[in-house]
Amino acid sequence: MTLAFLNIDWQTLADATALGSIYALMAVGIGLVFGVLRLVNFAYGQLVMAGAFALALASQWGWPVWAGILLCFASVLVLSVLMDRLVFRPLRGQSPAVMLVATFAIAFLLQSIALLWFGPLGKIASSLAYLNRPVTIGSVDIRKITIVAIVVAVVCLLALSLLLERTTIGLHMRSAALDFQTARMLGVRADRVIGLAVLLSGALAAVVAVMLTVQSPLVTPDFALRDTIIVLAGVVLGGMNRLIPATLGGFAIGFATGLLGGALPTNQSQYIPSFVFGAVILVLLVRPSGLFMRGRVVERV
Amino acid sequence: MRRVLALQELLGPAAVVVIAALLGAVVSTSNEAYFTDALVKVAIVVALYVFIGNSGVLSFGHISFVALGAWAAGVLSVPVSEKPAIMPNLAHALRDRTTGNLSSLLIAALVGGVCALFVGLPLMRLSGLAAGIATFGVLEITHNLLRYEEKVGPGLNTFSSVPETTTLRQATFGALVAVVVAYVYARSRYGRILRATREDAAAARAVGASVYRQRLIAFTISGLVAGFAGGLYVHLLPLNTESVYLDLTFITLAMLVIGGATSLWGAVVGALAVSALDSYLAVAENGTSLFGWHIDLPAGTRVIVVGVLMAAVLILRPTGLTGGREFRLWPRPA
Repeated sequence: MTLAFLNIDWQTLADATALGSIYALMAVGIGLVFGVLRLVNFAYGQLVMAGAFALALASQWGWPVWAGILLCFASVLVLSVLMDRLVFRPLRGQSPAVMLVATFAIAFLLQSIALLWFGPLGKIASSLAYLNRPVTIGSVDIRKITIVAIVVAVVCLLALSLLLERTTIGLHMRSAALDFQTARMLGVRADRVIGLAVLLSGALAAVVAVMLTVQSPLVTPDFALRDTIIVLAGVVLGGMNRLIPATLGGFAIGFATGLLGGALPTNQSQYIPSFVFGAVILVLLVRPSGLFMRGRVVERV
Repeated sequence: MRRVLALQELLGPAAVVVIAALLGAVVSTSNEAYFTDALVKVAIVVALYVFIGNSGVLSFGHISFVALGAWAAGVLSVPVSEKPAIMPNLAHALRDRTTGNLSSLLIAALVGGVCALFVGLPLMRLSGLAAGIATFGVLEITHNLLRYEEKVGPGLNTFSSVPETTTLRQATFGALVAVVVAYVYARSRYGRILRATREDAAAARAVGASVYRQRLIAFTISGLVAGFAGGLYVHLLPLNTESVYLDLTFITLAMLVIGGATSLWGAVVGALAVSALDSYLAVAENGTSLFGWHIDLPAGTRVIVVGVLMAAVLILRPTGLTGGREFRLWPRPA
């Protein structure tokens, strides 16, 4: 069966699901840090970009795949810890809007460092290119990366939810996300919780970097910038304050853009960003706390 | 006496603008362009200040109004004979009309103001992060529409053949107009009420101020100034959709934050100081010498330096270089 009336075939549907899964991972990465720091990390895409350049360099030097992925994880983790120490930590206690502007500046900073280092044309990360070949399931051809991306995303999300639900540090993180002050008073170690959130968020950025470089092997300084903007919109759409709504929002926006992008003719699909951001503004106006959130947040004096 | 002393808050920023203009007039023709550009940036940053500074609400969306103003002024200024070449799909109503320099600037301001009013009507209910993301959405939508809507402009092409009437003199007058509008607004009843809501929204509400209405007024006025600045910008150099998008948003926000977002003085000082630094680095990227040292910076250094500076100011001195205070030569009488 194909959804022929919408001109959607199985590959489009699978691609949209894969894109949604990758965006869901990015949404979790952004949501984890937001939960403990109340900081929207606009520079998250530049973490992914750094990981992608690491992969590109590894494949240029002829390193084996596992070494490239290791380099990717190492560089993204180091960068995210640096970002936390040099930027997030001094900014703690500032208003969310100030922190958003600051990470906006960091995003541009990292992007221009990449521009200086690697040039505007970018590099090719090709070690995992074989994942782009199709595999036949039943009578349908689907690219391997589509399946890999979905599986990896599901595994990551399951592992993360186990960590958050079943371990002490996970409990600490959830309580810190609910009310940081009270959690600290009850003995939650702030720096440990924040450190873990930053590391987990960095690890997710590295996973996303691996997935995205397979789909688009050309790594340029503005790699993942557009994706971050869309994911941020999705996170707000779902509900910034809780991880599950944020993840759903990320998935929904990825799935929707993927599906519309594959199904609509070019002269309509070029307007997808307008639709997406129009929807985001509408949701912000109607349900300021998010689409998948129950109840509402009212400020009182 | 108090009114006379308050005038220094206008005369300080205006004097700095005039000094920059005079400096621009005595340097070589190739360097004059940097000063003209800096003065147009002053107009844009002052537009940002009118809303962000007075309301304390973040907006990533003001470059939309700059873009819309630029598009309006640009489309109406290209000579009729050249329109089919660069804008083949232009709407009929726009195809056969061309206006002069001044009227195109006024129309740009009007377009910016009207669009800001309509965008603000729903959006001014938001604050904090939600406002940041929603205004970012406005920027994305404007960019997306201008990029592909060829009925109202050149689409993906560059706005060539717009008469380059933004000389140093016009940029100076433009910056001064923006400064005067911002000053008059900030001194008015509305500006004062809005700043009260910035300091304490609940207290301001309690004495009868409508946060929504005050923000909407400020948003409209700043859209007006932003549209006007966009008109100046399109007459300065050939623009395309990428030149009024993220990069311009970044540099103008950086200017406002570095100068000090809560004062007109901060906006003007920030715009001129960052422009000076940026232009110097731009020259240095092409090779220059300082105190006998030959400096040849790689391309891209400018954004790094400005980005580091912006982050450093946000972390070390969140109120900006001027401390967010207005210019004062003499203290105000008690």
